[in-house]
Amino acid sequence: MRSKIAIAALAAAGLAVLSTACSSGNGFGSSSASSTAGATPNKSPLTLMFGSSGTAETAAVQQAAKAFTKQSGIPVQVIPASNLTQQVAQGFSGGTPPNVFYLDPLTFQNYAKDGVLDAYPSALPNSGDFASALSQAFTYKSTFTCEPKDASTLALYVNTTDWQQAGLGAPPSSWSQLEADAKKLTTGGRAGLTIDQTHSGIDEFFYQNGGTVTNTAGTKVELNSSQNVAALTFLKGMLNQGIMKFPSQVGAGFSGQAFGENKAAMDIIGNWENGELQSDYPNVKFKVYPLPAGPAGTHATLSFTNCWGVPKQQTNLAGAIALVKFLTTSQQEMTFAKGFGVIPSLNTAQAQYVKTYPQYATFVQELSYAHPDIAIAGSTQALSAFDSALQQLASGNPASILNTAQQNLQAVINQGA
Amino acid sequence: MTVLVRQDGPRNPPAAGGIRGRRPLFTARGREAAAGWLMSAPVIVLLLVFLVAPIAMAAWVSVSDWNGIGSPFASGVHAVGGRNYAALLTQPGLPQQQLGESLRNNVYYVIIVVPVQTALALGLALIVSRKRLAGRGFFRTAYYFPSMTSSVAVSILFLYIFGTAGVMNAIIGDLGGQGPNWLDDPNGVLHIVLSGLGVTTAPGALAGHGFLGVSWWDWLAGPSVAMIAIIALAIWTTAGTFMLIFLPAIYAIPSDITEAAIMDGANAWQRFRKITLPMLRPALFLVLTLGLIGTWQVFDQIYLMSQGNPAGTTLTPAFLSYLTSFSNQQWGQGAAIAFILFAIIVVLTIVQRLIISERRAGGAS
Repeated sequence: MRSKIAIAALAAAGLAVLSTACSSGNGFGSSSASSTAGATPNKSPLTLMFGSSGTAETAAVQQAAKAFTKQSGIPVQVIPASNLTQQVAQGFSGGTPPNVFYLDPLTFQNYAKDGVLDAYPSALPNSGDFASALSQAFTYKSTFTCEPKDASTLALYVNTTDWQQAGLGAPPSSWSQLEADAKKLTTGGRAGLTIDQTHSGIDEFFYQNGGTVTNTAGTKVELNSSQNVAALTFLKGMLNQGIMKFPSQVGAGFSGQAFGENKAAMDIIGNWENGELQSDYPNVKFKVYPLPAGPAGTHATLSFTNCWGVPKQQTNLAGAIALVKFLTTSQQEMTFAKGFGVIPSLNTAQAQYVKTYPQYATFVQELSYAHPDIAIAGSTQALSAFDSALQQLASGNPASILNTAQQNLQAVINQGA
Repeated sequence: MTVLVRQDGPRNPPAAGGIRGRRPLFTARGREAAAGWLMSAPVIVLLLVFLVAPIAMAAWVSVSDWNGIGSPFASGVHAVGGRNYAALLTQPGLPQQQLGESLRNNVYYVIIVVPVQTALALGLALIVSRKRLAGRGFFRTAYYFPSMTSSVAVSILFLYIFGTAGVMNAIIGDLGGQGPNWLDDPNGVLHIVLSGLGVTTAPGALAGHGFLGVSWWDWLAGPSVAMIAIIALAIWTTAGTFMLIFLPAIYAIPSDITEAAIMDGANAWQRFRKITLPMLRPALFLVLTLGLIGTWQVFDQIYLMSQGNPAGTTLTPAFLSYLTSFSNQQWGQGAAIAFILFAIIVVLTIVQRLIISERRAGGAS
């Protein structure tokens, strides 16, 4: 006990010393701001930090880095991060962020707000070659700041064996057909449909029903509209009928697992499910269709993507931009697609991709009406609270779930403004 | 600092403090003092660099608007006074509600883990210390094994044990029951018991009022089913460690006292109650204090097993602090949570010390 008091007392004394020290000047470790944009690449080594989905991705990125070094003479150290967000944050707080790193749309908002990212796309020739849902996800205050490295959309996965057994014909193209088909596909041990019980698995229904999540400027949350309440009520209805089940209800970690184990005959999930099915459930026969349209015929889906983040303050900015330029050519994006199954982000590369993988063309076609997954600076916890509420949808009240999320997210925006 | 002086004062020789400043360096004793400072300098420097400075930095971050970029002492970082603390403690909103939930979860975690692990550790130590037990060494090692295993490995093991089709549910199934969906079940056990008794909705008085953004009805939810799995893990892993603290204390009890008690006709329970337990008080205090601090700081099991899910029922202040800082990039608020947790631990440890010393005074009279 005494040592605790001693520590507290020492800490107080230390704080006094440090705060007087830093009030007199910059303190330690602050770097002076200087722009290096437009400089020629120097040969100092680059670090490329990324969160890997597995050995295939790590090998592909390492190979790409090696090819870049051969071409440019700039050595690249490839660092697969076990916890990317945390490790990048540590780099920034220590003043030594990685030169290039994978960046998700939500963390992008945080860093863009802090003004630490280099808005390099304007310097690259391919910046106009992205679907708007992708570039929109990395646009901060109308500046396209970070180039998407891949693309994903949600689509409807159908277990063809179950489908034929139930004697069904064309895939559902509307909500009412989706509900009817789910009902026919439901058996004792199997739900007709499963979706992930998070905002990333559910928000597309809002857009399909003519609703939205935020206004275009991202300054106002518009979650509690009547369209969104109706959409959530539709989902709650399917849950209560037992024709749709959340993965946790059938003992699965996420909906793709429930689909793979055939605890659900249909699943709304992104293309990352392809790899999952290939490696863990190779015997499942499935087809991928566009998501059914809402009652007014509105088509919508969610898109997910990461980008190549480049910090403004770094050891070799021009070199980092050259590396991103190398990684975002059609040729390199197709190599990644073949290496570990991602869908390219460039329109030109997607055209090639659709020819090589016609069975996955749906995901690319859906990009034209996709909306980026919600991303507001500092909203991680507000979103996870929303997810927790969505998990209880079967017994919850759709309007009050949306009202609470609306308040929480709006509070995050107001706090940041 | 004054606290330190007051506590240490009476034990020092009376003259030592008073003349220290005036003692010339070139006398023999002065050289000794200088040598003393010199020799302890490395430790003092280490403490300053690795303990005092980080705590001071964290304290500064908790009252600043640092955004995690560059040094917290750079010119762009401003003091914001108690704003981070206010958002957590006084302003209704999500940060306050999540702090409330995390405290609720952790209170139940502490209330269950500390007594059970202490009792279990004491029980194991008593059994293992018996001279007539065959294979004592084996049991000692076996009970200590969970503590030696990395918490990552143990956490992953428990993920399998408490999976929907895991060992635990297979056992419950064999006994004719139906196991819950352990790590995905956010229902509080007290709520489950109450709904078994027919109380499914909150009485208005409990639902309408609350503390820290959590209604009294939710404060009374009890640990969630998911939290129970983590509680089981915590007890299983730490009981062995604390058994190791009890063991030498038990061996240190002089056998003549026990023999005298036997001669006086005391039975086993009386010997335990009147001799063993009082003589184990220092060890008991240590175990309870370590248990209390460790359980309030629970982090790695949560990080590995649940990340605060389902429905925020395994969120703890330590994990919330991490989440707020690293995922939400609100470093000031994250540091503020850490200091609130620190304050809770200090206050509870003082209270516990008071209770145990009062008992000692009562026992002596």
